[in-house]
Amino acid sequence: MIHLWLPLLLVCVLTGAGAYGVMARRNAVLVLVGVELILNAANLLFVTMGSVLDDTLRTGHVLTLFLITIAAAEMGVALAVILALFRDRGHIDLSEPGS
Amino acid sequence: MTTLDILFGAVGLITAASAVLSVTTHHLVHAALWLVVTLGTLAGCYLILGAELVALVQLLVYVGAVVVLVLFALMLTRAPMGSSPEHSSSAVQRMAAAMIGAGTTTLFAAVLLPALGGEIRDTRPGDTQGIATQLFGSWVWPFELLSLLLLVALIAALAVSRMPTTRNSSSERESA
Repeated sequence: MIHLWLPLLLVCVLTGAGAYGVMARRNAVLVLVGVELILNAANLLFVTMGSVLDDTLRTGHVLTLFLITIAAAEMGVALAVILALFRDRGHIDLSEPGS
Repeated sequence: MTTLDILFGAVGLITAASAVLSVTTHHLVHAALWLVVTLGTLAGCYLILGAELVALVQLLVYVGAVVVLVLFALMLTRAPMGSSPEHSSSAVQRMAAAMIGAGTTTLFAAVLLPALGGEIRDTRPGDTQGIATQLFGSWVWPFELLSLLLLVALIAALAVSRMPTTRNSSSERESA
C-alpha cells in the first residue's frame, strides 16, 4: 500500500528541476543532463501507473523499458553532435553564436 | 503512513535533492556525479514500486552507460575540473529559468495530485515473467523496431562524429 501523491510529487519535482537545467545552463552537456531528468520523470510516471493500475498488457513497465532504450540512443547521437560542435568551434557554449 | 510510504519518502527525498543539485552545481563533473545519485536512487524508487526488472535495466543502462557517456563527453570537451560558474547563464536568465521550473512543477502538481494524489493503492508485486510474456508477445513489433532504431542511432553517431567540420576543411584549404 502506498499513497500515490509521493511518487507523483517526485515526478513534478524532477520535471521542474530538468526544465530549470535545460534553461539555466550554457554548457551543452549540462543541458543534456536536464533533458535526462525530464525523461526520467516521465519514466517514473509510467512505472507508478504501471504498478498501480490493473493492466494485462503491462503497458507502464514495457513502455518504460522502451523509453530507457530510446533515451540511450538519443544520448549517443546527442554526444556525437556535441563532439562535432566542439571540433568545429572549440567550445560548447550554447549562448555564443557559431562562427 | 505505510511502510512503503516511509521507504519511498526517504529514497525520493534523496532523488529530488540530488536532481536539484545536479542542475545547480557549478562543478561540471559534480553535475554528472549527482546525476548518478539521482538515477541510482530512482532505480530504488522503481524497486519500492514493485518494478524490479525496470529498476535493474535503469541501473544497467542509465547508471552504467549513459552517465559514462556524459563523463566521456565532459572529458573530451576539456571541461574544467574546478568550480566554473561561467557554465551557467546570467543571473537574470537563471531567475527566469527557476520561475519557469517552479511553474512547471506547480502545473504538473496541479494536474496530477488532485486527479490521483489522494488514493492509496496496492502496488502489484514484481512480475518479471508477466512483463517478459507481454514484451515478446503483444509488444514484439515495437521491440524489434527499437533494435532498428538503436542501429540507426549508432550509425548516425558514427557518421556525425566523422563529418568534416568547416574549421578543418578551411584550414586544409589554406594549407593547400
